Amino acid sequence: MATVRPIRHDAVEEPVGLHSRAMDNLRFIRETMERAGAFTAVPGWGGCIIGATAIVAAILAAMQPDTQGWLITWLMEGMLAIGIGAVAVKFKAEASAQPVLSAPARRFALSFAPPLMVGALLTVVLYRAGLASAIPGTWLLLYGTGVVTGGAYSVRVVPMMGMCFMLVGGVALFCPLPVANILLGAGFGCLHLVFGFIIARRFGG
Amino acid sequence: MAKGNTARKELAEPAKPRIAASGGAAVPDLDRLIHERMRLAIVSALAADPSHSLTFSELKSLLQTTDGNLSVHSRKLEEAGYVSCTKSFEGRVPKTEYRLTATGRKAFEKYIDHMEALVRAMRER
Repeated sequence: MATVRPIRHDAVEEPVGLHSRAMDNLRFIRETMERAGAFTAVPGWGGCIIGATAIVAAILAAMQPDTQGWLITWLMEGMLAIGIGAVAVKFKAEASAQPVLSAPARRFALSFAPPLMVGALLTVVLYRAGLASAIPGTWLLLYGTGVVTGGAYSVRVVPMMGMCFMLVGGVALFCPLPVANILLGAGFGCLHLVFGFIIARRFGG
Repeated sequence: MAKGNTARKELAEPAKPRIAASGGAAVPDLDRLIHERMRLAIVSALAADPSHSLTFSELKSLLQTTDGNLSVHSRKLEEAGYVSCTKSFEGRVPKTEYRLTATGRKAFEKYIDHMEALVRAMRER
């Protein structure tokens, strides 16, 4: 009796169909991994380093004799933090074999950047108007807003961190400059250290 | 039982290269267990960060699916040993966490290799 071998229809599809289906599957995998990758996009250890430099900056800024020196110290810290953040994002993306500009990272950047740009503009306006004491609160509020909106696509801990920044910023807005400077250090320093550590431990670095 | 056997049978069968009907390029057999869309999505999501498990609700919201659908497909993956499932309580709320096993990771990597081989084979034609 002859052996009957069933024909597997799925294996003899049109080559073009197979090819496009394979491409579609790979795309689907990448998109799913990118969506899940939002869980790992924010660099925790980078946040810790930014927190440490912010505490140093708060101490140095408090030692400045005038408002200009205070502002320059924090602006330098801001530039340093952006650099550290960029390097940390790159390292984390490489460590998790993800592209630096993956969809979640792009979404985060698009939501995070506008409040920072507004913050830069308001800094100029407030400083010129002699309202330097309002600058720390404005920075913390806008940074928090950026983290909350950018973190809407991420794990809960990220928007939670943003809310904490907003809370500290709200208080700082009504404080004199020396107190606001302490709150600025507490916000950019301590909050980054605490949440950075949580993100690093729970979400892959 | 039958489902579990099918899954094990699929697992047990090694992926053999097959000659395509046209062109003569090698097209490997696919892991049917992973090939299904929802199961592929579950495995892909879990593979994104091996150091971190995903809860049932995180997976559900990430994959935009129903409880039943996720439950059925994750069970199949669990039976095949591709994912591990840990049930616990957070206060009084039950918590189910999924993690990709070493077998699951290997099968996932193999599946991606198969897909890439397929794309390559068709491009070389």
